[in-house]
Amino acid sequence: MRRRLIALAIMLLAPAIGMAADPQIAVEEPWARASIGTSRPGAAYFTVRNAGDAPVTLTGIRTEVAGKAEIHESSTSANGVSTMAPAGDITIAPGEAVALEPGGLHAMLMQLNTPLVEGETFPLTLVFEDGGEVPVEVPILGIAARGPSD
Amino acid sequence: MRCRSRCRSSALLPAARLTDLTGRIVKFLALAVASVAFALVLGWWQVDGPGAASEPDRRPLPLGEMDFAMTDDRGQSVGPETLAGRPSLVFFGFTYCPDVCPMTLSDISGWLDELGPEAERLNAVLITVDPERDTVPALAEYVSYFHPQIRAWRGEPAELAKAAEGFRARYAKVSTEDGYTMDHTAGVFLFRADGSFAGTIDYHEPREFAAPKIRRAMEEIQKGDT
Repeated sequence: MRRRLIALAIMLLAPAIGMAADPQIAVEEPWARASIGTSRPGAAYFTVRNAGDAPVTLTGIRTEVAGKAEIHESSTSANGVSTMAPAGDITIAPGEAVALEPGGLHAMLMQLNTPLVEGETFPLTLVFEDGGEVPVEVPILGIAARGPSD
Repeated sequence: MRCRSRCRSSALLPAARLTDLTGRIVKFLALAVASVAFALVLGWWQVDGPGAASEPDRRPLPLGEMDFAMTDDRGQSVGPETLAGRPSLVFFGFTYCPDVCPMTLSDISGWLDELGPEAERLNAVLITVDPERDTVPALAEYVSYFHPQIRAWRGEPAELAKAAEGFRARYAKVSTEDGYTMDHTAGVFLFRADGSFAGTIDYHEPREFAAPKIRRAMEEIQKGDT
């Protein structure tokens, strides 16, 4: 009976464990900039740390606050012109971290369903190549915020 | 004797050939080195050196030589003459820009905070490269989130083009799946009170480096005054 209960518990918990974040991946210091209404795209930032032994590849992001969310990269050409383009898949080597920061990689939140209001938070899910997903709650900071501690 | 000379000559022949070959290699190498050196010098001359045709063009004109008419976020008519008499920070951007523009305005806000009350002697202006979506009220709301010293200017496309020409700034509309975005010159232009160009501050420049640059531009003209 007890063994059955344990088996049942394992059966019930297993999917939850599977769904839960890869314990090897840590998403640190998430934050987003408040938006003015919903017509302009928003931006969110975080650091993804791979504490595992194998490389991991971040293939996408998903959030209920945006009709479309993608990781984009801002870059400045030699003549000082700033441009922005989808960053594609991001592979993180074991023990390494990739930082999404203003002026570089950022989570671009397009077609906002709701304004991003300073002081609130919203859920964002990171999707990895192996099917693993890591949910994170993103605090919304002011429009003039420069980093997670602003 | 004959044999000796013949032997000598036959013995010399390969050596002579070798010398000849060495000579050719040396000549070839010298020519190659000279060509590379020439190419390098030519490249330097054209890109960085005195022959750089585009280099002087990249410097913004003095404000006094610019000519364009715009409206600011308060509905006032403005132009380069509005900036005269005070040191100025000018930056091209747009409010639908999710990353670089809010960060640059935050940076400028930080520099102005760092300058404290001195900042009141400065002009700080965002010129929108997207007059189509950035209406005057939209700009007014946008800049209200940053340092109160920062103004936003909007010009009709032809006026914007004239301004960009004066600042040697570039902008381009880029189509995206759900509309468009703008590529644009991202540096912050710094001008002295007499309208002369003092330099560019990169948007990611920390305030401890940016603030002294701004102060210097402010002082340079004070020295000129006295």
